[in-house]
Amino acid sequence: MNKSSFFPVMLVAFAIIVVWYSFTVVMNLPWEKSVAERSGTTPSTMTMIRNTLQQERPVLPAPHQVVTEVINTTFKKKVTSKRSLVYHAGITLSSSMLGFFMGTVLGIVLAVAIVYNEALNKSLMPWIIASQTIPILAIAPMIIVVLNAIGVQGLLPKAFISMYLSFFPVVVGMVKGLNSPDRSYLDLMRTYHASAAQTFFKLRLPTSLPYLFTSMKIAVATSLVGAIVAELPTGAVAGLGARLLAGSYYGQTIQIWSALVVASIIAATLVMLVGIIGDWVNRRMGLAQSTPSGAH
Amino acid sequence: MSDKQHPNDAVINIDKLSLTFPSNDGDVHALSDIDLSINRGDFVSFIGPSGCGKTTLLRVIADLEQATAGSIDVNGMSPHEARLARAYGYVFQAASLYPWRTIAKNIALPLEIMGLKGKLIRERVQRNMELVDLAGFEKKYPWQLSGGMQQRVSIARALAVEPDLLLMDEPFGALDEIVRDHLNEQLLKLWAQTNKTIVFVTHSIPEAVYLSNRIVVMSPRPGRIYDIIDSDLPRDRELSIRETPEFLALANRVRDGLRAGHSYDEVA
Repeated sequence: MNKSSFFPVMLVAFAIIVVWYSFTVVMNLPWEKSVAERSGTTPSTMTMIRNTLQQERPVLPAPHQVVTEVINTTFKKKVTSKRSLVYHAGITLSSSMLGFFMGTVLGIVLAVAIVYNEALNKSLMPWIIASQTIPILAIAPMIIVVLNAIGVQGLLPKAFISMYLSFFPVVVGMVKGLNSPDRSYLDLMRTYHASAAQTFFKLRLPTSLPYLFTSMKIAVATSLVGAIVAELPTGAVAGLGARLLAGSYYGQTIQIWSALVVASIIAATLVMLVGIIGDWVNRRMGLAQSTPSGAH
Repeated sequence: MSDKQHPNDAVINIDKLSLTFPSNDGDVHALSDIDLSINRGDFVSFIGPSGCGKTTLLRVIADLEQATAGSIDVNGMSPHEARLARAYGYVFQAASLYPWRTIAKNIALPLEIMGLKGKLIRERVQRNMELVDLAGFEKKYPWQLSGGMQQRVSIARALAVEPDLLLMDEPFGALDEIVRDHLNEQLLKLWAQTNKTIVFVTHSIPEAVYLSNRIVVMSPRPGRIYDIIDSDLPRDRELSIRETPEFLALANRVRDGLRAGHSYDEVA
């Protein structure tokens, strides 16, 4: 975030908080009213509004309740505790990072195969696109059951779901990137009688790197989504997805929301990290001035 | 200069060469019945309007396109063998420098591909950077250089292979006139120093006449050679030669050729 975008971003954050608080009041008010009715009291409107912001199981928790819960479950609990969000986030993060790594490698390998082989381009690409039209929620339990049956347990099944989601942007981005060198760049390699490997490593790969990092930013976010989704239908006992699930079983909306907030903070951080690494690589390659890197 | 010349030593022989591209509304005759031989140490320009096949002819010599009829040999080999032997350096219209490589690394690129090693590469890069007056810019990136400087780098890169033959496809076409004049002068000096055979594609009459000792005038539809003009201007030329009657006479002959070979007037 640079200086010029700081103010607009803060303004939007402020607007979100204002809207959030108003919705909290509107959505939690019916409960306050029925409580008052049942007890036969008539509290003032101000009291009722104040109460909507501190319910134990609100329809929509107020931002400060979520922040408090996040702080309580991250900084004030032991990391190894089952009640610590750091513990759950760590479990989700480790499988999503493994999946992200596998997805990136798979994506690059498929892209190279597609770019260098016209038959694979025609036969693989439709399947790759089709793979992303299947609802992940439907296929996640299948993958986990199948993998379990062949003895794959623990981190890997969840990582597979992450990989399933994250390889796609990498394939698409890398195919575009590997095909992006100008005609004259390729002709130049021909005039030097460069081998296929030389053309790949000295031309196609470097030209594709900016595309790779752009798609890795998308892939890292989807791999986190994949890991969380993988925890939902499988009755996982630990991880952010398990936390969401448990929260919804027991009507712990504050717990759900704080898991959501932590998940999005992690996703944003991961995207930012990949962006920083990408910018650093582009700078190292001397590309900083020649390609519009976009304002991040 | 003339002591090094072998007037009948042809580097490129082209005989009845044609190139036809199939297309939906009939075949496109990009090149038709080309006969041309280029001698060692010649500076030959192909000049003509767009679509006359001048770039295509250069690309055929470089084995970037393949002729559909006729024969061509480069250094006594087929263009394909000549390319595999890295017999020529090619300069494109755009400098085509790899943006992630420094200037020195760009010039080193063909040498790395040839499998040369560190010290030899450094020496050749250094020598060729000096040849195009760019010593001191080794660590710069292409975007830090002006268009004219970038094109000089691309010439140095072509020369680094140490080919006897230099193929140049409108290398100064995108530059402004002052820079172009300057680079023309430099290129002539380079030609005198290295005694290379240069084949140069252009659509500028003054550039063609100023640089070449042979001018091949081409015309479109089908792409063919209309006239081959041998220039008797001295090889040692200053820019001021463009004001002399001899120069203007040659320029007129090229202009007439371009007009006659083409249906519309706007050629130059």
